[in-house]
Amino acid sequence: MADDPALQPTADFRPEGAEVQAEARQAGLPPRSAKPVESRSIAALKDAAIAAFVALALSGPIVGLVMVPGPSKALIVQQRWVPVAAIVAIVFIGRLLLNLFVWNRARQAATQPRPLAQRLPPIGAFATPLLLVLAVGLPILVIYAVPDQSRYILGVGTLILTYIMLGWGLNIVVGLAGLLDLGYVAFYAIGAYSYALISTEFGWSFWICLPLAGLFAAAFGVMLGFPVLRLRGDYLAIVTLAFGEIIRLVLLNWTQLTKGPAGINQIPRPSFFGLPFAAGPGGFSETFGLAYSPNHRIVFLYYLILAMALITSVVTIRIRNLPIGRAWEALRYDEIASRSLGINTTNVKLAAFAIGAMFAGFAGSFFATRQGFISPESFNFMESATILAIVVLGGAGSQLGVAIAAVVMIGGLEALRNLSLLKSVFGENFDPTQYRLLAFGLVMVAIMVWRPRGLVSRRRPSVLLKDLKRPATDSARQAG
Amino acid sequence: METDAILNVEHLSMRFGGLTAVDDLSFAARRGEITALIGPNGAGKTTVFNCITGFYKPTAGCLALGHTHDAFASVQTTVARNARHAQGGDLFLLERMPEYEIARRARVARTFQNIRLFSGLTALENLMVAQHNRLIRASGYTVGGIFGLPPYRQRRQEALERAAFWLEQVDLIDRADDPAGDLPYGAQRRLEIARAMCTDPLLLCLDEPAAGLNLRESGELNALLRLLRDEHKISLLLIEHHMGVVMEISDHIVVLDYGKKIADGTPVAVRNDQRVIAAYLGVEDEEMAAASGVSS
Repeated sequence: MADDPALQPTADFRPEGAEVQAEARQAGLPPRSAKPVESRSIAALKDAAIAAFVALALSGPIVGLVMVPGPSKALIVQQRWVPVAAIVAIVFIGRLLLNLFVWNRARQAATQPRPLAQRLPPIGAFATPLLLVLAVGLPILVIYAVPDQSRYILGVGTLILTYIMLGWGLNIVVGLAGLLDLGYVAFYAIGAYSYALISTEFGWSFWICLPLAGLFAAAFGVMLGFPVLRLRGDYLAIVTLAFGEIIRLVLLNWTQLTKGPAGINQIPRPSFFGLPFAAGPGGFSETFGLAYSPNHRIVFLYYLILAMALITSVVTIRIRNLPIGRAWEALRYDEIASRSLGINTTNVKLAAFAIGAMFAGFAGSFFATRQGFISPESFNFMESATILAIVVLGGAGSQLGVAIAAVVMIGGLEALRNLSLLKSVFGENFDPTQYRLLAFGLVMVAIMVWRPRGLVSRRRPSVLLKDLKRPATDSARQAG
Repeated sequence: METDAILNVEHLSMRFGGLTAVDDLSFAARRGEITALIGPNGAGKTTVFNCITGFYKPTAGCLALGHTHDAFASVQTTVARNARHAQGGDLFLLERMPEYEIARRARVARTFQNIRLFSGLTALENLMVAQHNRLIRASGYTVGGIFGLPPYRQRRQEALERAAFWLEQVDLIDRADDPAGDLPYGAQRRLEIARAMCTDPLLLCLDEPAAGLNLRESGELNALLRLLRDEHKISLLLIEHHMGVVMEISDHIVVLDYGKKIADGTPVAVRNDQRVIAAYLGVEDEEMAAASGVSS
């Protein structure tokens, strides 16, 4: 039975191999200090030259040659060798400096097995309160510090928080239960369409539609869960990917219900518990005696998604310490053993799919009410991939890691859009947003090299022996 | 059919396509005793285990597990009713139950030949997972637990006490908060037994518990298994290749070869059985007498 492939757990979400290799590489390298100084710097030069050559080979065709419409409207090749030279020079000098000063020293200190990961203190201790205070204080800060930019910054903040919430929701399925879900955006779409259709058809308020959207999404989570119960790893990923596409195509083609590619517009905007954000009497600002400002709605939406994300987080953390959470983690490690302990893995998996989907449904209905317009365009595979990337980069199972990864991935890309520094290097026509995916890829490669298990990979046990308050050893004996 | 049995295996057959792994096997595991299932490699021992614990559905046969002495009286009526268990709920027909129900309701626990711990979870967490069913009900199927309602906290405390008790029994209380995968091999074997015991079983099936243990460790294992039998009144069924362990602690031995039972009896009787010696040593008929003299 031991060798029966059907009973072995197949894929697993722990890239242990890379980490082990990295360690072996570091341990196996002879200390560079043993060599004479001269040969060491020559070796460093050679290494930097190789790196520069690779950079040239890569950036030459990608950056150096562009097709632009010529005078006769035909495409002509334009050559841009200055940025290529800049890239090659940066790589050469950077590699040289790293070789001479950074790596050299790291290799000398043979006593440190994992330099970066281990030397850092546990970041959770100070990062969590810091991020929380920042998140709560951001609107106030922004409105007083940069009033003309506040609308934009809060918009980005809301977007990041939406992704954090989605990341935390997917974290239940991927991080805790270890079920690789590539179609998570389908539940986001179901939540958004549930809200949009119910509120436009029946005119029900946001606070009634929100739980309904969550319930619908959870029901679809169970619906997806049933056929994929026996699948794991790659096979599960393929089926969930297909599920995501099926939902999108249904939304696109069921025109009587969803209005197809035209989407649903005029979705009711959220009100402050019944008070609309409008200038007239009976509006939010009138009731509270404030001067009307369009910022009110933006700030309210920001705090709404912040509250929803925090609820997601608190619920997830609590569930993790409950039997169902431990069963999810047990399932990730060994499904056979879980069943041998009397755990009905069917129910446990369905619960993971349902709860994960429910949070996506909540996020989806928030998305619909914030945008006021939704169409199937918003729910393509790229979204699923982004959310999954956030979870994997953040460290599957870690709340803080997912939040940081979302800030870096979504916020970082927005920041890239606004960097005028890049324009001064690469010329006026340089559009950083075109390099989004390149930056995405670079960040992923970097994290997978340095932190193969994600930014925050330390697992906190759900229960410790000291949680047991023992009055005396006799009572413990009776319990057995 | 034996009346002091906890498990009655009758005419069990398991075929994989053309291969008959277990062929019309009948034996009984007695209540409060250690029954060993031995045999050469490929004899079908683990297949029998997987049938008993529900991981395989047998091709034919009846696996009746009785919680009480007189439970087996209702085997015929339960079979006739086409039910999984008797109406009183103390007789279970294991071949009709899914594996998690066998662990939960029939109270049969098992360990695995290749250790299957939850390697990233701590030792204590492993034992808490084993008490899932008791706790999930107390947590109001998670809803009550999210709000931290008192009944769940009480049950959680009891579960922790039980886990700590078993960690003490297998001498792992000092490593309760270490990931199970970081423990040494022998400790992992003990932890797997402790985890099985946390499901509160009546019959414990151990698949090669002494595999890979050194002499001292297998001595400790013998003591632990005796403790389970004598103090906790657990019936044990074990597969073992380590003859030192088998002969020392078993009350009863069943020998399989090519899926068929070739001997069934006390350790002394089995040790002197001609067919057992032939199966293990593969000797010719003429040499059997000589071999029998050497081994005893």
